[in-house]
Amino acid sequence: MQYAVKRILLGIPTLLAMFTAIFLLVRVVPGDAAAVILGDQASAASLEALRIKLGLNLPLWRQYTDFLFGVLRGDLGVSLVTGRSIMDEALRVLPSTLGLAAASMVLGLGIGLPMGVMAAVYRNAWPDYVGRIVSLVGLSLPAFVAGILLLLVFAIQLQWFPVIPLGGGWSDSLNSLVLPACTLGFIMSSYVARVTRSSMLNVLREDYIRTARAKGVRPWRFVVRHALANALLPIITVVGLYFGTLIGNAVLTEIVFNRPGLGRLILSALNTRDYSLLQGLMIVFAAFVVLANVVTDILYGVADPRVRVGR
Amino acid sequence: MRMNAMLALPASFYRLMGRGGFFGWLGLALLLAIVCVAVFAPLLSPYDPLEQSIVMRLMPPSAEHLFGTDSFGRDVLSRVIYGSRVSLLVGFVSILIAMTVGTIIGVVSGYIGGRLDQLVMAIADVMLSFPSLLLGLLVAAVLGASLENLIIAIAITEIAPFIRLARAPTLALKEREFIEAGRALGFGHVRLMGVHILPNLIADVLVMGSLWMATAIRTEASLSFIGLGVRPPTPTWGGMIREGFENILDAWWLAVFPSIAVLLTVLALNLLGDALRDATDPKYRKR
Repeated sequence: MQYAVKRILLGIPTLLAMFTAIFLLVRVVPGDAAAVILGDQASAASLEALRIKLGLNLPLWRQYTDFLFGVLRGDLGVSLVTGRSIMDEALRVLPSTLGLAAASMVLGLGIGLPMGVMAAVYRNAWPDYVGRIVSLVGLSLPAFVAGILLLLVFAIQLQWFPVIPLGGGWSDSLNSLVLPACTLGFIMSSYVARVTRSSMLNVLREDYIRTARAKGVRPWRFVVRHALANALLPIITVVGLYFGTLIGNAVLTEIVFNRPGLGRLILSALNTRDYSLLQGLMIVFAAFVVLANVVTDILYGVADPRVRVGR
Repeated sequence: MRMNAMLALPASFYRLMGRGGFFGWLGLALLLAIVCVAVFAPLLSPYDPLEQSIVMRLMPPSAEHLFGTDSFGRDVLSRVIYGSRVSLLVGFVSILIAMTVGTIIGVVSGYIGGRLDQLVMAIADVMLSFPSLLLGLLVAAVLGASLENLIIAIAITEIAPFIRLARAPTLALKEREFIEAGRALGFGHVRLMGVHILPNLIADVLVMGSLWMATAIRTEASLSFIGLGVRPPTPTWGGMIREGFENILDAWWLAVFPSIAVLLTVLALNLLGDALRDATDPKYRKR
């Protein structure tokens, strides 16, 4: 418990540093942000009005403290284009993105773990070679390329799934989740399979595995109970670190499959040069990434009691 | 000494490749082929990649146009060939910048140590935990879409791994006798770092560079797909996939061929990088 609290507290400075970095990056907009947003034809009066609305007339440190206190209160400001609260917009589409991320995580672990275990157990035999080639292809595919290829084959050629997600019911939304989740799940399973394989290979060489084998523990039992349980730490680390990439890939996948979510929101923020929406969404992403890191650290302690005591 | 270390690199590269096995050589051959395509693009491409033709719009692959034509009647094969130039250029230059800046920061930070080192590592950790695609997206969006800005955006996302990679061996190296001997001889800090520490870690940095170039090319394609890449009409793979995606219902070839090009390039770099890393990493060498 004490360990968990310590980990959560350690996440706070990282989060603050990320917020600061995002704030500064968005302020680097070359020239006058108000002019960029309104275009060349804007009158001096409307430019001034927008500057006051955005708080651009205040000194930088005031803008920063306003921004930071806003974020801490859960207020990400309003969209420059629609004028709606960014927090509300983000919360509205968040379930869709998180649902996609969760489904891909299930698929990624469900495929990647067995693939990695098989590759390690049958090392330098065909399951190993097939697994390694498949995971190398997965590592080399950008998410949007994988998505487009799946869309072409399964939605357009075979017509198993709708090209454009249908609204409404459970079965429809599940149907439109399959291809995007497979896209992300396949890429993630490549990472998982790779780490699982090398982590399992390390463990399988240990003395206690030989002991278990000599004792006559049934083959698959010792692979799962003895070897996999001990190979879990590096796997947890990689899955936790991968969460950020997963969310990044989810953005591209949502665009390809035309799903509502943070990705589509980001795309529209880019197209309309809505810098405050972009900043707000990045804050949401940063919060999730740090949260994932903290959860990973805590799981680390659960999986290996030594971590909790040491350091 | 620095020259010797630099000259020894090709030789040690061959030694490494000898241990890298079949997949390493396959990756190298594939990569060389792609580089040749980019260099000799004008000779290899059957048409001008920018030449439009209204009568030849959206023609499926045929003997005349092996990869078909796009919605402006441009030859897709020629555009895929020319697209390799942008991808390789952006991948190579951005990694070169990230590698140079990251390695210098890492060596200096590790060499000086103390508070500065702690601060640098804290910043690097924050950069590492931010998804590189989103960081690149934010930087590219703020700077505006152009070739230079794309390179800068991707370089920024990949500095942090090189800082870590260069710093760790520096911490160990600076305690070694030969550095102490150099200091006793009155060598300056810059000379100690540049001539005595850097050559000892440059091989690892270059191996990492080939692995990260794969990521850089993937990020370039992704940003171009979102519309933050090099402006049309310059052919880029990501941009072509974006155009193909808009016509996906009636012209599958537009998206498929540049997709295969991206996949092969990233795969080649991953194969090569993996083989080199396995050969340099003592943890893998034992097996």
